[in-house]
Amino acid sequence: MRTAFINQLIEEARKNDRVFLIVGDLGFSVVEPFVQEFPERYLNVGVAEQNMAGFAAGLALEGYCVFIYSIGNFPTLRCMEQIRYDICYHDLNVKIIAVGGGYSYGALGPSHHATEEIGMLRTIPNIVVCAPGDPLESQRITTFCTNHIGPCYVRLGKAGEPVVHEDLAELSIGDIIEVKQGKNTAVFSTGSMLKYVCDFVNDNDLNASIYSFPFVKPINKSQLKEILESYQSIITIEEHQSQGGFGSAILEQANDLLNEGSIKALPKIKRIAINDKFYSIAGSQKYLREAAGLVLEKFYF
Amino acid sequence: MDSKSLALQVRMKVLEMVHHANASHVGGAFSMADILAVLYNEVLTIDPQHPGDPHRDRFFLSKGHACSALYATLGLQGFFPLEQLDTYAMDGSMFLSHTSHKIPGVEISSGSLGHVLSIATGVAFAAKLKKTTFKVVCLVSDGELNEGSNWEPIMLAPQHKLDNLVLIIDYNKIQSLGFVKDVIDLEPLRAKFESFRWEVVEIDGHNHEEITDTVTTVSNNKNGIPKVIIAHTIKGKGVDYMENTILWHYRSPNIDLYNNALKQLGTT
Ligand SMILES: Cc1ncc(C[n+]2csc(CCOP(=O)(O)OP(=O)(O)O)c2C)c(N)n1
Ligand SMILES: [Mg+2]
Repeated sequence: MRTAFINQLIEEARKNDRVFLIVGDLGFSVVEPFVQEFPERYLNVGVAEQNMAGFAAGLALEGYCVFIYSIGNFPTLRCMEQIRYDICYHDLNVKIIAVGGGYSYGALGPSHHATEEIGMLRTIPNIVVCAPGDPLESQRITTFCTNHIGPCYVRLGKAGEPVVHEDLAELSIGDIIEVKQGKNTAVFSTGSMLKYVCDFVNDNDLNASIYSFPFVKPINKSQLKEILESYQSIITIEEHQSQGGFGSAILEQANDLLNEGSIKALPKIKRIAINDKFYSIAGSQKYLREAAGLVLEKFYF
Repeated sequence: MDSKSLALQVRMKVLEMVHHANASHVGGAFSMADILAVLYNEVLTIDPQHPGDPHRDRFFLSKGHACSALYATLGLQGFFPLEQLDTYAMDGSMFLSHTSHKIPGVEISSGSLGHVLSIATGVAFAAKLKKTTFKVVCLVSDGELNEGSNWEPIMLAPQHKLDNLVLIIDYNKIQSLGFVKDVIDLEPLRAKFESFRWEVVEIDGHNHEEITDTVTTVSNNKNGIPKVIIAHTIKGKGVDYMENTILWHYRSPNIDLYNNALKQLGTT
């Protein structure tokens, strides 16, 4: 995913001379091609994420489209107030890119488990919150972010995620992607859970639909309404705490649609997310996802 | 065991752990291995059987990515059975590859840089309040000094005359994406700390006598001033192909490089 991101960012930087990349002393064997081609539009500000976010706000004030890049919690939680007050309140054109979403860096422990940031960022006005599901979605989201004027957050996996989509059109804000058409039950996936969901549904021959949500905020309302009306049961799955994350966003919006009379009834909605817990054991991403219960079961369908 | 032998054993154990787990950060573990060996062997009073004793000296590791060296030191000193380290960074292990406070002898979890000096400063302040005399030693990396959060306790500690606080900087001159001087040059580092009202001593961070003497002397000096030891070190110290390279912040030795490194350590 991070390779798809940097390759697409290079493409965007060729077309748009306002694109600027800042790293917080991270990106070894990722950012080098960008640095080589655009040495004047790249800076390593050091291990200093609060400064990175504020500094990016300054560049954005001067008209740059600034991407800031670091691991999981560092360009997000560490500088949350700079994001909220400097970047989002002033509606500045800063794109926050976090590698290692969820348990991508499982063995490194809770400092590197990025499992709360979506909930925190989602409450802040003006920011678009993205969690692409595969390298192709990452590519499209990178283009979206470059063209969208205003703050964006992008949660990436790490390296080596498989491609899920054979083909994917450009994304507009809030788009939901239909990955597989089935009946009765739909799985809503965000971020890099997508591959697991597709494999589970296919391997078990389940006649369920799969939707990928590269946007956690905003989510296209009319598209969501239509989907909610088409199923008896929905399963949301995310690599994030259950409170405040993607499943919460779906529940909130479903409830609002019902409340305003746009839909007549709610489907049953099951949320799969982390159950309000830190995991202080090492483990691969797969191991920790299983330990945290981020798994589908046949009887859910 | 003398400190020299302990440091050697720590490096050999770290090598085994990172090789076995295919884990990163051996360079930063080796740059501080001598400091840890001396601290735990000669300077700090901590009973491995009672790591929670309120009178123990406190050691805080801030550069949590290099925890393999701390785990190895603690294991070799008997805080837990050494063979537990075979699970380092493996599925289900409590030995995370960033410092975990669930390990006996570890004071605090760390892995997000620039957190721990604030905590150590709080502990030093509490020690003064409670009129206890244990030492508070905190080890940070040089790249970590980019974090503004470090400079906040650096301003606070002298304000409250925390002469029981000893900060050690593992000045190996390399951070994640480059040499320190090319990312954010810290020089003049001594003058920075002096102007922030710290007592500064510079040492060779691989010279065991210097480490012992300096830490002992500064922590016995109750002069109302916090102490910083700038330890000049070599990232990857002890293995020629690792020394002074950025690459070995990331890489894990394959079997050939592992054997080669073991041989080098054994003969130096
Ligand atoms: C807040 C934060 N930002 C970024 C990182 C990622 N990171 C891990 S180690 C490191 C820098 C390594 O250099 P240094 O701090 O000098 O450590 P050493 O040379 O002693 O290994 C970085 C940026 C982190 N762990 N925490
Ligand atoms: Mg360093």
